[in-house]
Amino acid sequence: MVKDPRLPDPLSWQTFTTGLWKENPVFVMLLGLCPTLAVTNSAINALSMGLATTFVLVCSGVLVSLLRKVIPKQVRIASYIIIIATFVTMADYAIQAISLDIYKALGAFIQLIVVNCIILGRAEAYASKNPVSNAFINALGMGVGFTFALLCLGMVREVLGMGSLFGVHLFGPAFQPWAVFVLPPGGFFVLAFWLWLFAVARKRTARAQPATKEVADAA
Amino acid sequence: MQPDSLTFIFLNAFLINNFVLAMFLGICPFLGVSGKIKTAWNMGLAVIFVMLVSSMCAYGINAILVKYDLEFLRLISYIAVIASAVQLVEMTIKKFSPALFRTLGIFLPLITTNCAILGLALFQTNRSYDFLQCLAFSVGAGAGFTLALVLMAGLREKLELADVPDVSMGAALSLMLGGMLSLAFMGFAGLGG
Repeated sequence: MVKDPRLPDPLSWQTFTTGLWKENPVFVMLLGLCPTLAVTNSAINALSMGLATTFVLVCSGVLVSLLRKVIPKQVRIASYIIIIATFVTMADYAIQAISLDIYKALGAFIQLIVVNCIILGRAEAYASKNPVSNAFINALGMGVGFTFALLCLGMVREVLGMGSLFGVHLFGPAFQPWAVFVLPPGGFFVLAFWLWLFAVARKRTARAQPATKEVADAA
Repeated sequence: MQPDSLTFIFLNAFLINNFVLAMFLGICPFLGVSGKIKTAWNMGLAVIFVMLVSSMCAYGINAILVKYDLEFLRLISYIAVIASAVQLVEMTIKKFSPALFRTLGIFLPLITTNCAILGLALFQTNRSYDFLQCLAFSVGAGAGFTLALVLMAGLREKLELADVPDVSMGAALSLMLGGMLSLAFMGFAGLGG
């Protein structure tokens, strides 16, 4: 699809859904894997990490988009990093105030949101070129997509590794937890499994309906 | 071994809580630059150097921030320090070894967004290490990063010759390998305890 790069994308439902599915930051673009693997040992950790990242993603996206004509091109990356770091500091203090347990479970990974490539990538590739409303919707979509990916991992790991979901025990006392899934190797294995599943699904859709896809591309 | 002795801090960061395989810091270069052993080794050396420099600077900055009660600026100043340290390394390598500079290419500036480096600075602050402990910690973490990267590169060089089903090629396979390496590294738990 060729279009004039100077024109902003029209605001549409797709602005939101690209981040959710077609360009899902974790499963398709393989960005931000460090928090994806590190904090998904339980569903609740995964959810809080996803929400915190979404907050930073949306706020920094809006601010970068507002300032896109003010920030000189040479210092843009440094400016984006400062903007992101500011919002991360806010999120850090907010989580500490809301729930100390979650704060301790996530540890340094809240502050490490600063170096999450998804956020800088969105600021550089989308928010700096598009109006505020688009940047907001797009960042929200990306954030929801990221949270969805984290939940996919977190739920599988918690159910297999501890036999519970969001802290509620699912199986009887006879359940033998598969502890390796809450330990570091489990993160690698579960993510590999999801990526493999998506690769299989993509291959199957590509084979099943090549004609439909061409029509959709042409439209 | 004392838990705050220099040897223990080094071993802990190097093997027991390996930054890449147990704490999931620096996964992007772990998957991105681990295609060839040579590149992986050079990348590791550059990361060790950046870690040393930024760990020392972070130690100094933290002392100043604590003195003037400005802890909320910690994150922003650490990031600025790391970005400058990476710039410094870039200039040094460009001056002394242009060949290495070309090999590392885009991955050199990307060390800035390597969470292993910011993670190191944050962890040493959280655990309130003194200056020597910071040095041991950063060398250990850097060496651990290099070890993981080189091991992974070795595995992937062998895997080039293997016959793998094509749906599991690429990232899924690399992550599977990472999981097995991580499983192997769990064997170090309890070492020196």
